[in-house]
Amino acid sequence: MSSNSFSYNEQSGGGEATELGQEATSTISPSGAFGLFSSDLKKNEDLKQMLESNKDSAKLDAMKRIVGMIAKGKNASELFPAVVKNVASKNIEIKKLVYVYLVRYAEEQQDLALLSISTFQRALKDPNQLIRASALRVLSSIRVPIIVPIMMLAIKEASADLSPYVRKNAAHAIQKLYSLDPEQKEMLIEVIEKLLKDKSTLVAGSVVMAFEEVCPDRIDLIHKNYRKLCNLLVDVEEWGQVVIIHMLTRYARTQFVSPWKEGDELEDNEKNFYESDDDQKEKTDKRKKPYTMDPDHRLLIRNTKPLLQSRNAAVVMAVAQLYWHISPKSEAGIISKSLVRLLRSNREVQYIVLQNIATMSIQRKGMFEPYLKSFYVRSTDPTMIKTLKLEILTNLANEANISTLLREFQTYVKSQDKQFAAATIQTIGRCATNIVEVTDTCLNGLVCLLSNRDEIVVAESVVVIKKLLQMQPVQHGEIIKHMAKLLDSITVPVARASILWLIGENCERVPKIAPDVLRKMAKSFTSEDDLVKLQILNLGAKLYLTNSKQTKLLTQYILNLGKYDQNYDIRDRTRFIRQLIVPNEKSGALSKYAKKIFLAQKPAPLLESPFKDRDHFQLGTLSHTLNIKATGYLELSNWPEVAPDPSVRNVEVIELAKEWTPAGKAKQENSAKKFYSESEEEEDSSDSSSDSESESGSESGEQGESGEEGDSNEDSSEDSSSEQDSESGRESGLENKRTAKRNSKAKGKSDSEDGEKENEKSKTSDSSNAESSSIEDSSSDSESESESESESESRKVTQEKEKKTKQGRIPLTKDVSLLDLDDFNPVSTPVALPTPALSPSLMADLEGLNLSTSSSVISVSTPVFVPTKTHVLLHRMSGKGLAAHYFFPRQPCIFGDKMVSIQITLNNTTDQKIENIHIGEKKLPIGLKMHVFNPIDSLEPEGSITVSMGIDFCDSTQTASFQLCTKDDCFSVNIQPPVGELLLPVAMSEKDFKKEQACLSALHLLSKPRNANRNE
Amino acid sequence: MIHSLFLINCSGDIFLEKHWKSVVSQSVCDYFFEAQEKAADVENVPPVISTPHHYLISIYRDKLFFVSVIQTEVPPLFVIEFLHRVADTFQDYFGECSEAAIKDNVVIVYELLEEMLDNGFPLATESNILKELIKPPTILRSVVNSITGSSNVGDTLPTGQLSNIPWRRAGVKYTNNEAYFDVVEEIDAIIDKSGSTVFAEIQGVIDACIKLSGMPDLSLSFMNPRLLDDVSFHPCIRFKRWESERILSFIPPDGNFRLISYRVSSQNLVAIPVYVKHSISFKENSSCGRFDITIGPKQNMGKTIEGITVTVHMPKVVLNMNLTTTQGSYTFDPVTKVLTWDVGKITPQKLPSLKGLVNLQSGAPKPEENPSLNIQFKIQQLAISGLKVNRLDMYGEKYKPFKGVKYVTKAGKFQVRT
Repeated sequence: MSSNSFSYNEQSGGGEATELGQEATSTISPSGAFGLFSSDLKKNEDLKQMLESNKDSAKLDAMKRIVGMIAKGKNASELFPAVVKNVASKNIEIKKLVYVYLVRYAEEQQDLALLSISTFQRALKDPNQLIRASALRVLSSIRVPIIVPIMMLAIKEASADLSPYVRKNAAHAIQKLYSLDPEQKEMLIEVIEKLLKDKSTLVAGSVVMAFEEVCPDRIDLIHKNYRKLCNLLVDVEEWGQVVIIHMLTRYARTQFVSPWKEGDELEDNEKNFYESDDDQKEKTDKRKKPYTMDPDHRLLIRNTKPLLQSRNAAVVMAVAQLYWHISPKSEAGIISKSLVRLLRSNREVQYIVLQNIATMSIQRKGMFEPYLKSFYVRSTDPTMIKTLKLEILTNLANEANISTLLREFQTYVKSQDKQFAAATIQTIGRCATNIVEVTDTCLNGLVCLLSNRDEIVVAESVVVIKKLLQMQPVQHGEIIKHMAKLLDSITVPVARASILWLIGENCERVPKIAPDVLRKMAKSFTSEDDLVKLQILNLGAKLYLTNSKQTKLLTQYILNLGKYDQNYDIRDRTRFIRQLIVPNEKSGALSKYAKKIFLAQKPAPLLESPFKDRDHFQLGTLSHTLNIKATGYLELSNWPEVAPDPSVRNVEVIELAKEWTPAGKAKQENSAKKFYSESEEEEDSSDSSSDSESESGSESGEQGESGEEGDSNEDSSEDSSSEQDSESGRESGLENKRTAKRNSKAKGKSDSEDGEKENEKSKTSDSSNAESSSIEDSSSDSESESESESESESRKVTQEKEKKTKQGRIPLTKDVSLLDLDDFNPVSTPVALPTPALSPSLMADLEGLNLSTSSSVISVSTPVFVPTKTHVLLHRMSGKGLAAHYFFPRQPCIFGDKMVSIQITLNNTTDQKIENIHIGEKKLPIGLKMHVFNPIDSLEPEGSITVSMGIDFCDSTQTASFQLCTKDDCFSVNIQPPVGELLLPVAMSEKDFKKEQACLSALHLLSKPRNANRNE
Repeated sequence: MIHSLFLINCSGDIFLEKHWKSVVSQSVCDYFFEAQEKAADVENVPPVISTPHHYLISIYRDKLFFVSVIQTEVPPLFVIEFLHRVADTFQDYFGECSEAAIKDNVVIVYELLEEMLDNGFPLATESNILKELIKPPTILRSVVNSITGSSNVGDTLPTGQLSNIPWRRAGVKYTNNEAYFDVVEEIDAIIDKSGSTVFAEIQGVIDACIKLSGMPDLSLSFMNPRLLDDVSFHPCIRFKRWESERILSFIPPDGNFRLISYRVSSQNLVAIPVYVKHSISFKENSSCGRFDITIGPKQNMGKTIEGITVTVHMPKVVLNMNLTTTQGSYTFDPVTKVLTWDVGKITPQKLPSLKGLVNLQSGAPKPEENPSLNIQFKIQQLAISGLKVNRLDMYGEKYKPFKGVKYVTKAGKFQVRT
């Protein structure tokens, strides 16, 4: 039978008698339950028999019932030996349930648990990654200290597993082992270090989690992985994102200087990054600004921004706190919209988010002011939400909106939820003190509330009025009189005490009433609350000092009552006051000053937000919510005065030469770029540097095999975006990961191009790629790709290959081992800026510098192979019938030696003439130049025309955006050159090449991987 | 992170417990019960409770408390969001997230929890992945399993886990390929006594039901994407594409899921489709009061407003209500003091009204505030913000899918103060 019926029986208690018997006894220790002992034994026998039967179904049923027992918290530990035998069961479901059982009881039955270990050790070698992973999971979950060495070994092995899923589980196991045996810390840190280098998005979240748990102080481990984590962040699963963002927030606070105040300490450090000429310009741009943000700092802020759109509230909150804690104050504003969105979510989410907003709104009012109305309270909100909203409204109140708010508060005061109404009165009091303009209005309003029917409301009003009056030295005799009358009716102690204090303080202003009040109070003294008694004593003392004639006897009577009070505080106070005010022979020097002591001007209380003191906790943390430092809370450090050396984050040498695009520019590029596949956009946005790609590049390098370095690296450059990876996993295992990425590239492109033609093509390339899991295929692969796709990089490879075949003399530097390549970032990354020595402008520079003694080292050669594949510039659908394609003819440009020549083919697919085709507005990044083609007067239907133009890309892969205009329309189009197209083919002798290499240290390093490419 | 989970029903029974690390005794829940007692109302139980050795983070869903035990610092929203995800998964698997459903499927629940968390850190939370690992229970399957001995548990790693689109199942096949989108907009509003709008905004979601074979790559475009002020996305949506072109481009998960949720910018004036005329008064020193409300259409764009329900939380002193209605039916629960008026459709010719006497507890002071009215309604075939889907294109697969879009406008938190 199915498991359902079995477990159901058990729960409903309507099963067979034996089952009932077991239910009753399993909670009691068997030896203790004499009467039921036999049936208990029998019951377990029953389960044991089922477990020992040959049939899987019987075993499964038994296991299901046992799991049912565990779920209900019943003790099933005595079945341990019987269950543990089944650990090696072939049936996966039985096995899983046995695992559940083991994890639950292994701690209690350590010796027996050891029996199962060998099974796991065997399973750790299983070809199925799911089995390997779950074996590791269970093995590490068995909290038996004796197997620590085995666990350690297993973790080490798993951390090098080919499957990222297994590596992810290894990261989880690290924490388990650490909690079992903290002694292993050092070894575990090594594993963490290794896993932090992992390029899989699957692993990233888990390993950071392990890092946070095991060695959160080892910030140095993060340096090298910082940029990678930033770039991978978008693709990490949501839970990992939360953990990583929190960790990076802490990291940023230790590594960057504060963006909140002016300062330019960073300038010098940044110099390292700017090597090439192009960047000089930007640097000077930056100089103009007083503070320059570390590019890494900027990277983090920029890469987390899209996550504000996450569906997961925890991710949004994590990004919000990151912006709050590390972004410049002017930029933090964008988080408010997203946080307000979360208010539509569940009660619990609302609660946490409102708490955080409350803290934020104290410090930076402006952020949430536009959303004021979103915090209006509904009568159906739970009280805790209401009070939080009220708190925020108070924080946001200012001169401009206070009248609207007060009107809103009026509604709240009348609320049926009296606790909330009382809170509203407090709020009105706070508004009155904060905003001077409305103090009187509020006071009047509060006085009106004194005649409210509800006592809680009245009491709260009294307390608040007392505070308000104390702040205002102006006379409010009338209000005090009114309140004195209230003493007869009001019973809430705090309110009574407040009134008494107020009368005492102003006793000279209400000389007639005060003694009378004291008289009444003396009568009721014994029945008052302690709080009130203290204030009666106070009032008596004050009156004694100011008006002793009328009140001397009364005060003494009260002092006598107080002397014998049950509460020692009151007895103490009485003794103290008596000594102080009643003159006698023993009274010391103090009594002379009694009046000054009692009737001194008292500072007004500050009405502060209860969230005032929470801001020292990192937002979004448990500690912040509870306002207590929770166990394991990691303090957010203050910004360092001087930023630690930023070069520690440089992973590879190649990064020295990278360009840091300032944020604004990068964004501009983004918006301008509509045409390219997402992956490319992503790269650019992430940091228009070789960094992201290089990081991800080495991932595939690691997985792929030797010969295909160049090509796999290109593919992986798309890695960072690639939600399109789709097919990858399905068609092939991880061994095929490389292939998958290529698919994704094809895919990404096809969607952005919107064209079915491309689609078909990409599919064909898909299929060809899918089959190629072997290494040998790789080159042919890239070939086919370059034909069908002619995506930039692949062409570059081809080009390089040709060069190799042509020249054949280029040295193959042996010192570049494949291992290095894992970490190195081969040039193939399309954005790597100062491209290897061969670009036109750079070449000109070289000549100018006269680097080589021998005459002409570099002679431009003609390309042997010019791919004919065109890129779509304007699709006919989006161009209203006008289609434009472009391709790189790889010829020296006639318009200028720094320009790359581009041929554009225009087609008219409509049935009408298209007139006056020309280039309209150009939106070029700084430095880019463009030579446009001459306007075309008209293009006949079905006609096509080819024009050529030149663009100086400044040796970068920045996008040239411009408008292609016809008589009636303008279409925004853009061209982004693949790196390969920026290169100029040259012939060079081996000797010369080496010389070049030696001269240019930075470039030398760059060229290494290129050589390696040639190796293939 | 998450140490243990306890499921507690309304009457305070712990009916399921699961530990991911060492076992934590049930007695830790006593702190929770204490807080629950203090809060009086379930809604007011604080989601985060601090106890001497642990922290309890709880959510309340479908009359059940999910109480998780935490030992160290963790972002509370992380846990809350996860617990809701657990509840969603139960809902998805068993059709309802109730005590009975969980008890009936205790083994599957346990297997799910085992897969969802490892050592307290989420492992697999995507429904598509989970369904490959653990098959949802169906009657047919349990019969087949009992005969063939096959199991509900998948023995290979769901490919989604490894790919960059973990949300999609591999090898999806349908004979009828369909893609449906429901644009559901809710109007949140507070209307004051005089009928003017204090606050109004439109919150919308697009829920999708995608049953497409293979790996379809969809792109959905709007006629007026500018309306969307703030959007949150399912992870499948390519953010860059939206940023640059305002097109939703994605490879969808299989089955039902929420594609986006959005807010229409608050600058836009929100059309309020209904108005309420009300006169509620309680006489001083008398044990009765008058109650009279009429509801009518306003700015309904020519569509019928249906499914109208008015809920009123009457003050505590109200003993009973004696009302007559021209349309629909009403109920008054004297225990919770909730008046519910089920109106149905509005026909402009004859406006529905509800009037009559209110019996108050004698001697008690009259309530100061009139209760506010919570209104529910529904308008089919209309997105009140004016949002329109332009087209849906599919790439990557050859077949022609059947596409459909449905618009509905509903009242969200729609409150009329009286």
